[in-house]
Amino acid sequence: MPLTIGVPREVFAGEKRVATVPDVVQKLTKLGFAVLVEQGAGEAANFTDDAYRAAGAQIAPDAAALWGSADIVFKVRPPVAGELPLVRAGTTLVGFIWPAQNPELMQGLAGRKATVLAIDSLPRQLSRAQKMDALTSMAGISGYRAVIEAANAFGRFFNGQITAAGKIPPATVFVAGAGVAGLAAIGTAANLGAIVRANDTRAEVADQVTSLGGQFVKVDYEEEGSGGGGYAKVMSEGFQQAQRAMYAQQAKDADIIITTALIPGKPAPRLITAEMVRSMKPGSVIVDMAAEQGGNCELTVPGEAVVRHGVTIIGYMDLPSRLARQASTLYATNLLRLTEELCKGKDGVIDVNMEDDAIRGLTVIKDGAITWPPPPLNLPAPPAPKPAAAPAAPAAKKAAHAHGPSGPMAPGTLAVVFGLGALLFLLVGAFAPASFLAHFTVFVLACFIGYMVIWNVTPSLHTPLMSVTNAISSIIAVGALVQVAPPLGDGGGGRPDGLILGLAVVALALTAVNMFGGFAVTRRMLAMFRK
Amino acid sequence: MSASLANVAYIGATILFILSLGGLANPETARRGNLYGIVGMTIAVLATVLGPRVTAGGIPWIVGALAVGAGIGLYAARKVQMTQMPELVALMHSLVGLAACLVGFASYVDTSIEFTGAEKTIHEIEIYIGIFIGAVTFSGSVIAFGKLAGRISGKPVLLPARHWLNLAALLVVVWLGYAFIQAPGIGAGMTPLLIMTVIALAFGVHLVVAIGGADMPVVVSMLNSYSGWAAAATGFMLANDLLIVTGALVGSSGAILSYVMCRAMNRNFISVIAGGFGTGEGAAAQAGGAQPAGEVVAVSAAETAELLREAKAVVIVPGYGMAVAQAQHTVYEITKFLREKGVNVRFGIHPVAGRMPGHMNVLLAEAKVPYDIVLEMDEINDDFPDTDVAMVIGANDIVNPAAEDDPSSPIAGMPVLQVWKAKTSIVMKRSMASGYAGVDNPLFYKDNNRMLFGDAKKMLDEVLVALKG
Repeated sequence: MPLTIGVPREVFAGEKRVATVPDVVQKLTKLGFAVLVEQGAGEAANFTDDAYRAAGAQIAPDAAALWGSADIVFKVRPPVAGELPLVRAGTTLVGFIWPAQNPELMQGLAGRKATVLAIDSLPRQLSRAQKMDALTSMAGISGYRAVIEAANAFGRFFNGQITAAGKIPPATVFVAGAGVAGLAAIGTAANLGAIVRANDTRAEVADQVTSLGGQFVKVDYEEEGSGGGGYAKVMSEGFQQAQRAMYAQQAKDADIIITTALIPGKPAPRLITAEMVRSMKPGSVIVDMAAEQGGNCELTVPGEAVVRHGVTIIGYMDLPSRLARQASTLYATNLLRLTEELCKGKDGVIDVNMEDDAIRGLTVIKDGAITWPPPPLNLPAPPAPKPAAAPAAPAAKKAAHAHGPSGPMAPGTLAVVFGLGALLFLLVGAFAPASFLAHFTVFVLACFIGYMVIWNVTPSLHTPLMSVTNAISSIIAVGALVQVAPPLGDGGGGRPDGLILGLAVVALALTAVNMFGGFAVTRRMLAMFRK
Repeated sequence: MSASLANVAYIGATILFILSLGGLANPETARRGNLYGIVGMTIAVLATVLGPRVTAGGIPWIVGALAVGAGIGLYAARKVQMTQMPELVALMHSLVGLAACLVGFASYVDTSIEFTGAEKTIHEIEIYIGIFIGAVTFSGSVIAFGKLAGRISGKPVLLPARHWLNLAALLVVVWLGYAFIQAPGIGAGMTPLLIMTVIALAFGVHLVVAIGGADMPVVVSMLNSYSGWAAAATGFMLANDLLIVTGALVGSSGAILSYVMCRAMNRNFISVIAGGFGTGEGAAAQAGGAQPAGEVVAVSAAETAELLREAKAVVIVPGYGMAVAQAQHTVYEITKFLREKGVNVRFGIHPVAGRMPGHMNVLLAEAKVPYDIVLEMDEINDDFPDTDVAMVIGANDIVNPAAEDDPSSPIAGMPVLQVWKAKTSIVMKRSMASGYAGVDNPLFYKDNNRMLFGDAKKMLDEVLVALKG
């Protein structure tokens, strides 16, 4: 019995996209599904009911009828409160859900005993998941549309021209953040003839920026501690300051700024301050694509286009919807690819295979049970619940015993270490004379200083570290020096001077080899480290 | 110079030593760090020579000894090849150990300072421990040097019941120590002291011969640590805080390095020291049960050049084989050529690649590879899926997928560079022989892996010619 795919009209205010298009309806029917489209679902995206009908879809008169007879429902936006009661038990819902941001919706859907595939939870790092990656296709559209919106609000040409009416300089566009949306914006703006500059904290995207016709602007700051070739993971205060200075400079130069900087799960970073907006030329445009997360620009009003200090600041949150026909087509294709994965038999029946990494990742509710967040990828399959084989048991035991070197010590080990330490100190305190204790204090403290200092040494310098510590350990020369010719007191009778002198001089010569050789070779090595 | 002035100078020297180690946190400040070390050492030596404990009569001896030592040291530092650094460092450790021994003996027979009661006992314990550590450091370093220089087989030599032998030796040392402290005079104490020294020397030899070649980085840094403790023990012996502090700094630095190395191999420090990892036969037999299936695909230098030329992102993973073949300069030439063509070439360094900590970094630095494209394992492992070609030069165990996939493998759990995730991996090796761990490498049989057999230097030269041609 083939299943019915239902496509309701999006009810979210201002949403123009639709979850499937006539071309895709045909392909879905070929997979064996019946397709039911709500009346007027594609209207806002310029797809008529007749077009759907011609492609082989049935038209449902209203939402209630559609949800009532569809087994699988394709949506764009997460269901709104009014749609929730329509979800039948056993329905499979596919669309954007954002489980992290919508816990109540998740509870509601789970309560309806539905199966929910959140297209936004797709594990994007899997290469075979790319064909289903709606986030990427929507981001690409947003980037394109951002440039179009900017061009619309901007009072000049993008490309430079020399005409009889005078010379027109090209527009300068600055794109902050070179993710999918940023790259799309760079490409679009460059194609329109603008001079495009872009920046991203990930230096490795520089090539991608260049390949699309943009120039990569570096933050003029060498992150301290970038030794060993690694960029520091946390951007220091100094870096951020340099970054702000760079943005301030770009704001002065650019006619159009498009910001796309987002950090997953965090408010968008404030890159463009009011001060920078004030410094821009009148008539300039800022498109803030991070408006939904609070905006990269301080003056952004989410969802609106406003003029501040003579600069138009666009904070639309519905950029893909503003290109509804294109967005719907891409989104419908993404969902078609997903359907193909779900229906390998092409018999109109879907199988939500939880063994499949991609499917597992985007299934957030399975038959009413919340399965989000999914287990991390790339790990060996979790062991079967029953103790499978003999080798597994000793391995587990070993792991428990060895208290992994990177992890914290097991509480028992820690207790033993502290216990031994305490015992040692007790013994020392009980028997040692005061003069020894002074040296002992120095010794223990020095061990700790060494411990603290050495952790900062970058692994690439471990060899120089060893040779310099080796050179420093020839401080033992001091021990030999004081024995060569000490001022002899009265108690020095019977001192075998010759023997001591001989031993001390040999020791001194040996350490001198070390001292000079060690420092010299370290110097030679360090001179070779260069950028 | 008064005693107080000398002490203040010592404090200054101590601070300079701490700054010196701190300076090594990154390559920019490292040169300054070395300079701090030199200045600190100069201050320490001058303060001692001019201080109250050295009379004018000793100056000629001191100058003479320093001059001889300096000559040898500077000559060695200039002549040493960067590939021989581990040997040099091991040899130098042995000198510190020997010096500590000599100073200990001199201190014991020195009667110019009288101790009584508990102080005398403690002083004697200090001498005893100082000589013990010094002797172990000395003989252990000499053996390590021999192994690294190839004069002694790198294979671990495992005596039967070796753990019991070590334990027995330690017990005898403790018992001799008791006899030493109880001894009525210097002459009587000398006998147990000398016997202990011989046992300590044997102990050092035994400790290091039992350790396999792959564990050498741990051994070298461990000996580094010992040489520090020897200096610290000497400091206690002579009641000299400068020696104590410096020794402790060096000692803890070596200990941390050893720990880092052990963590990189996912192994317990004790088990490395106790030896037995590089036991070729046992491990090989074990691996024989699970022979990886598949075919090995060999390629020529020209085909390798073709792969490199078409790549956008290349990661080079060097190992000890690159050091042996002295191939680092050719590697740099290839890197330079590819980078000029716009290929993103980077290096992935495993923490235990080579024979001492940081060995590969030094070799690449010598060949003028910029250090900002030389990355650590953790920094580069996530990038392999986006890498077109991963080129493994003379490395084996550190790129073995069995460490992750096969829980029964002897190297299971050791973090490795995931070169097999690159689109193509090329392994340069002399033959199909297994690495130090004696484990077969399933990487060689993977579909996306190619083998380039031959001497690394020779093959890379051919690759370079093919690239330029």
